[in-house]
Amino acid sequence: MASIIHMGREDPGYSFSAAPTAASANREHSFYPYVPNPSPLPSNSPRYTDNGGSTLGIAGATFTIMAGDTRSTSGYSINTRYAPKLFLIGGTGTEHKSARIVLSVVGFAADGHALAERLDTIVKMYKYQHGKDMSVAACAQRLSHILYGKRFFPYYVQALLGGIDEKGAGALYSYDPVGSYEREQCKAAGAAASLITPFLDNQVNYKNQYVPGSGSGLDLQARQAVPLPQQHVETLVRDAFSSAVERHIEVGDGLQMMTITVDGIQEVLIPLKQD
Amino acid sequence: MNHFPEAWGRPRDDVYGAYNGAHLASGMPNQHTQSPIVTGTSVVGIKFKDGVVIAADNLASYGSLARFTDVKRLHRFNSKSVLGFGGDVSDMQYLDRLLTSLDIRENYHSADDAALSAKNLHTYLSKVMYKRRSDFNPLWNHILVAGLDTEEKPFLASVDLLGTTFSSPSLATGYGAHLAQPIMRKLVPDEEAAARLGKEEAIQAIKDCMKVLFYRDARSMDRYSIAVITKEGVDLNEDVKLENQSWAFADRIRGYGTQVN
Amino acid sequence: MFRNNYDNDSVTFSPQGRIFQVEYAQEAVKQGSVVVGVVSKTHTVLAALKRNAEDLSSYQKKIIPIDSHYGVALAGLASDARVLSNFMKQQSLASRLTYDRAIPLGEITQRIGDRAQANTQNYGKRPYGVGLLIAGVDAKGPHLFEFQPSGVTQEMLACGIGARSQMARTYLERNLEQFEGAGREELIKHALRALKESLSQDKELNVDNTSVGVAGVGEDFALYEGAGVAQWLDATFENRGEGAESMEVDS
Repeated sequence: MASIIHMGREDPGYSFSAAPTAASANREHSFYPYVPNPSPLPSNSPRYTDNGGSTLGIAGATFTIMAGDTRSTSGYSINTRYAPKLFLIGGTGTEHKSARIVLSVVGFAADGHALAERLDTIVKMYKYQHGKDMSVAACAQRLSHILYGKRFFPYYVQALLGGIDEKGAGALYSYDPVGSYEREQCKAAGAAASLITPFLDNQVNYKNQYVPGSGSGLDLQARQAVPLPQQHVETLVRDAFSSAVERHIEVGDGLQMMTITVDGIQEVLIPLKQD
Repeated sequence: MNHFPEAWGRPRDDVYGAYNGAHLASGMPNQHTQSPIVTGTSVVGIKFKDGVVIAADNLASYGSLARFTDVKRLHRFNSKSVLGFGGDVSDMQYLDRLLTSLDIRENYHSADDAALSAKNLHTYLSKVMYKRRSDFNPLWNHILVAGLDTEEKPFLASVDLLGTTFSSPSLATGYGAHLAQPIMRKLVPDEEAAARLGKEEAIQAIKDCMKVLFYRDARSMDRYSIAVITKEGVDLNEDVKLENQSWAFADRIRGYGTQVN
Repeated sequence: MFRNNYDNDSVTFSPQGRIFQVEYAQEAVKQGSVVVGVVSKTHTVLAALKRNAEDLSSYQKKIIPIDSHYGVALAGLASDARVLSNFMKQQSLASRLTYDRAIPLGEITQRIGDRAQANTQNYGKRPYGVGLLIAGVDAKGPHLFEFQPSGVTQEMLACGIGARSQMARTYLERNLEQFEGAGREELIKHALRALKESLSQDKELNVDNTSVGVAGVGEDFALYEGAGVAQWLDATFENRGEGAESMEVDS
């Protein structure tokens, strides 16, 4: 997340600092101090908190891997060492049997939960009404609309949505808190996104890698990125997180990793350093 | 004749004078809680192999004034769950009424074995808290829910004024998060350790935590409530006195008082 | 000529203390094809006979899975059943969201009962023209509830509603003692046999016109239709011909 919000000391970094203005003046009830002539003021009591942590998604040719650390923080305190950031979307019942879509959320955890539950309910109703599973592409667009629908009081989260598209290829969508989204091959989000992203650029998209012996200067040939095998991606994800743990205090404790294929979703939990 | 339909049937301005709408505009927006007033301090809880132990002292502070010294902040919801409230006391009392009505609604037809578990209760509470923060009208509390889940396994989770929820083998609110958590985490670093911990050890750990909190938290007191929730039910003691205090260490504190060195 | 003056709306009692609109709605249930439900200590089963308006049309849906732990079978106006099942689906999801709990079957039954009752006491409303069997498993084990257009709901050990359902009920009454201890497969067989009792002479249960819904302790509600019911039909009616549609042949 671009800025860290602790009990309203700072404003959402991506957004304007204006209050959502109520329809009529005497209905305005918010955390803002009263001002006779309403002007944009920062709130004096919290609506958001940053629960830290990081998430990562990588799409392959036939799979998508979603991952997130399981630490939850408030300031310098660790709330718990196990608070999953990955949520199964759709499927039946609370165990989400037969689900093929995974949502990861990082930022303000309460908003993240609310968002995951809303999306899950929508996907379940879609199945009930249409008698078939929602495609990732449809789910991705719906998620964008949900986020945008709260444009003036956003879900303070960076979301990633992973699944398998209608051609059987891995699909990954990334979102900003107000619903901008795009499909990508890989994306890191959350506290350690800035640490993980350059690693991904180099190791997934082969940025700054060149074909050996292709010459020098302008003759230098960039190494072409290709879809990576599943085992290799899993290794990259582990390495990305164990590196992030070393350098970011809000990341650690456990790594939750979900591999989505047409056959289902496999979940693993890998310990990370607890310091 | 007045040709504006909206004026028809209304008192005429030229007869009765213009309508005085002064009472409509209060001049102030509706205000909601901006900060807590009468507050309770930390709540601590720890899971053990057959249940959960939870404690909170009996003090309600008004700023730095120790205002009410006999306020019970642990509430038994049913035979499976106990709530511990930190933060605003009036909001705690509101939630208590809300949960009492939930309990009555649930048990109106028959008091049965399929009562709401601590997990069900925590989920419900988290929705209430999140809804209120989303209405810009938060309930100023940090709550621990202790008890047994639907499978009768020990359950301990928290929810705060923002609707943030989490669960852990040990939990503490307020200063407890800084002072008591390290003590409890040493004992139960993970769920496996909690599943091995005995009842007496858990109670002792909580008592140790209450002592440390009384030593160091200025908004605490030495009378507290402690509850043990197991399959056998809730064992709630609301008047426990802190034992074996030793203020010998106070002698060695330097730098705050009037001592010279 | 006699004309009934007390059946124009559902809010007027007849001098005999009857509400004709509600009774007419109950007639609509009897027009629907038969559905039966049975419950044991561990399982609950719904079985339904599906009808098609004509050979060229598809078969009417008779069993609707609502949540993972329960489903309903309907007899009567399918469109009214859809309104009710949509309501039940919403209430079930809401229960999961607010309490993280599968809605107790008694509770959801009571909620649609209250809804149906409101229709019998408000001018301008019409009673639901559908009867439901609600079957599933909750924290207190397997349940079977019956719902009627009047708003009456009751928990049943076994039940049959719809056209010619008296025959099914007779079967269920005769075999009542066997249900409680019956296993999953045995219970399904009983439900299908009861269903078959209600069929007219020229009809037979086959993969196209039979639906079976099963829920059990630790087992989600599962709907068997089409090829899925073949196994249950074969197991229940062993002595009949090869093809599900073919006539019974002597062996």
